[in-house]
Amino acid sequence: MSARRLAKEQPTEFSFSAENLEIAKQQIAKYPEGRQASAVIPLLWIAQRQGDGWLSEPAMRCVADMLGMAYIRVYEIATFYTMFNLSPVGKHLVQVCTTTPCWLRGSDDVVNACKKHIHEKPHTVSEDGTFSWMEVECLGACVNAPMVQVGDDFFEDLDGPKMEALLSDLRAGKNPEPGPQNERHSSEPMGGATTLLDKEIYAAQGEN
Amino acid sequence: MPTITVDGNEIEVEAGLTVLQACEMAGAEIPRFCYHERLSIAGNCRMCLVELEKSAKPIASCAMPVAEGMVVHTNTPTVKKAREGVMEFLLINHPLDCPICDQGGECDLQDQAMAYGVDSSRYDENKRAVEEKYMGPLIKTIMTRCIHCTRCVRFSTEVAGVEEIGAIGRGEDMEITTYLEQAVNSELSGNVIDLCPVGALTSKPYAFSARPWELRKTESVDVMDAVGSAIRVDSRGREVMRVLPRLHEDVNEEWISDKARFACDGLNRQRLDRPYIRVDGKLKPASWDEAFNLITSKISAVGGEKIAAITGDQVCLESMKALKDLWSALESPHLDCRQDGTPLGGGRGTYLFNSTIAAANQTDAVLLVGANPRWEAPVLNARIRKAYLDRLIPIGAVGPQTDLTYPHEVFGAGAQTLEQIANGQHTFAEKLKAAERPMLILGQGALAGPDGKAAITLAARIADTNGMLREDWNGFNVLHTAASRVGGLDLGFIPADGGRDTKQILSGCRSGDIELVYLLGADDLPEAGDKADVFGEAFVVYQGSHGDSGAHFADVILPGAAYTEKHGLWVNTEGRVQEAKAASFPPGEAREDWKIIRALSSAIGKPLDYNTLAELRASLFDAHPHLAAIDDISPGDISSIRALGEQSVGQLSGDPFALPIKDYYLTNPIARASETMAECSALFAQRQSDGKVTGTHG
Repeated sequence: MSARRLAKEQPTEFSFSAENLEIAKQQIAKYPEGRQASAVIPLLWIAQRQGDGWLSEPAMRCVADMLGMAYIRVYEIATFYTMFNLSPVGKHLVQVCTTTPCWLRGSDDVVNACKKHIHEKPHTVSEDGTFSWMEVECLGACVNAPMVQVGDDFFEDLDGPKMEALLSDLRAGKNPEPGPQNERHSSEPMGGATTLLDKEIYAAQGEN
Repeated sequence: MPTITVDGNEIEVEAGLTVLQACEMAGAEIPRFCYHERLSIAGNCRMCLVELEKSAKPIASCAMPVAEGMVVHTNTPTVKKAREGVMEFLLINHPLDCPICDQGGECDLQDQAMAYGVDSSRYDENKRAVEEKYMGPLIKTIMTRCIHCTRCVRFSTEVAGVEEIGAIGRGEDMEITTYLEQAVNSELSGNVIDLCPVGALTSKPYAFSARPWELRKTESVDVMDAVGSAIRVDSRGREVMRVLPRLHEDVNEEWISDKARFACDGLNRQRLDRPYIRVDGKLKPASWDEAFNLITSKISAVGGEKIAAITGDQVCLESMKALKDLWSALESPHLDCRQDGTPLGGGRGTYLFNSTIAAANQTDAVLLVGANPRWEAPVLNARIRKAYLDRLIPIGAVGPQTDLTYPHEVFGAGAQTLEQIANGQHTFAEKLKAAERPMLILGQGALAGPDGKAAITLAARIADTNGMLREDWNGFNVLHTAASRVGGLDLGFIPADGGRDTKQILSGCRSGDIELVYLLGADDLPEAGDKADVFGEAFVVYQGSHGDSGAHFADVILPGAAYTEKHGLWVNTEGRVQEAKAASFPPGEAREDWKIIRALSSAIGKPLDYNTLAELRASLFDAHPHLAAIDDISPGDISSIRALGEQSVGQLSGDPFALPIKDYYLTNPIARASETMAECSALFAQRQSDGKVTGTHG
């Protein structure tokens, strides 16, 4: 991870849409009077979603003004948490896990697929604007390593060709099914469960 | 009271102290970077690790409260190893640029690396490098040197009250910066330079100009405002290189304002270094004798009735005493130390900051009347802010809306609102009554206007009727802006019977009733314009240090000494007598001010009866015994405030109070001569015209 900076090109202003403003107000209302600053992370998250997946400088100021916080305090938070993107991202943000389990299971191939089909460099929007990719630390799906997160969805049990297929599906506007990409169910073994198959054990549980 | 054992010594300490404080009390020295007694505890530098028995790991002593029966070791091999380890980590990314670093020689990291570090490095990776951040014209940054102690962040947030400095990023990539690298908008910003334990934040005007060991250090007192902050003047040869704060718990703690710290380059510019005489409308250099002869001939021609004297804001007690004695020898009643035209004078209680500055920490309700303490006394303002943060006290203001770094309610603009509070018709009166230690702070803004007399009367009445005037608490406070004012009033440098005050002196000049005016450092007269508009045909003598507005009016200029160039006494706004020592000498032919007046008195033929500073001071202390107690306050009398409050108010003009300071950075001749202050002023003016923070604008 390198020093995270604000993007050079910034929109001139930001304000919440009516719908997001309502959600923001709900978030603020969760905290007692005088503790509105506690809602800063949810609000920044809403602002990031509204702002095409990245957080602009005017958005930070908008959130700071809503919560009565100093701009520098919001800036500190936005730069601290890596889930806030400080520069524009593609329509689909591909987050490739490269932590040890995924790396052992071949995340290098997944990264290479991203380099080939999106851009040589991470944090860079592809020419058609569809994608950008970045390496992230463990996303907690190690049983299905290697995996990526695209938008809000996990795509798991990947390898190089599967990743390339996934990217071309997304580019074509299809809606690929999230989850394991090798036809296994959840984190069960390939070909289905191999143990605890006796239905009676579940029946006995049901009686209690 | 818990009892703890430090290195075998058992001591009893107050509950709530930290282990670090307890160790200090037991005489064990604990190295630290992030811990600072006046800031909140961060606990992030880890330098203060000590060994605590029954604890598996060394503990950060700055963040651990003491508990009964703790056994602490500060000199074991474990502690030594822990300190060496922390120091090694701190130095991993710290550049080895001490030879070109301005902090060199007075650097906590350098000193502690010598004392607690190891003598070699095991690190041969690339060091981190961080871009420089712009923080304004006062603070120079070399952020690669930063060790992330966050003292500057805590200072600006907690003490200065401007949340502008922060730490962005995380871990190794953490960087200290202001929001979008804007200049820090605080009158106390320079203190982060002292707080910074390394060379990351250094003084921009002082950059690369001197090393600490080649400077002569003189203890002195600041005269940029009426607080009288304790300062240390560092000089090399004749030149004052920098001004640093000195610790004074009752006045400035360990902070000073930016003007006190950075206006010192004004001491070398615009100086009057020889006498001048106006010939055919132009000032021509002259000798002392020529200047004295001209003044003598004028004075003897017009006589005592037609001469007047006005003193300025930074004049020491000695020179005012000499001038007053000379004026009484000449039998002139026309003299005034209040060049801003306020109606102060009379009982000492009516013009002092009676509560004392330190008491601002304990107050539980504040009423500001025509005052902007943020500009008029930044150090005092920090104390009020602290009182607000500690207890969320109610703070009300009568006067213009200002940004004071703490929430306050503005009730009204002028004396009418004051009248309502005095009559108990205002809700804030109840808050004042309910408070145990309420403070009323009366600024010069309320006093200088047409309702000045009414304002001080009403303020005294409010103090009296709201329980502020008690034996154990005097809440009537006049906040002065001029360092010399209380001293002048103590000396009685105000019109004698039948005498004229500043405004009447000026109008007398124009009507021909006054034919000679002696301006002793008076550069901020209430009227501005050409000489003919202000002084008419009168002959103007200016004695002072800088070629400022007073000198432009002058027919004769007598070059005096600035506050760093003479031994002098000043009395601060709370009535504390303070001594400044000479750090250097006046330039050229300029002389110490009392000597000029003494020499002039001989030339006139009415020699003053003292020939040395000691004799002058003896005479001064004889006439005013309370001034002999240096660094002490002789309290003001409550009865005089009561009597003042009982006077009738008369018809109010209804004009709103106007604050005396229009531009914080340019309030006196020294600051106006300073390039640094001019730069700050320009930045401030730009910010005013911008109205607010404008996005990416740096």
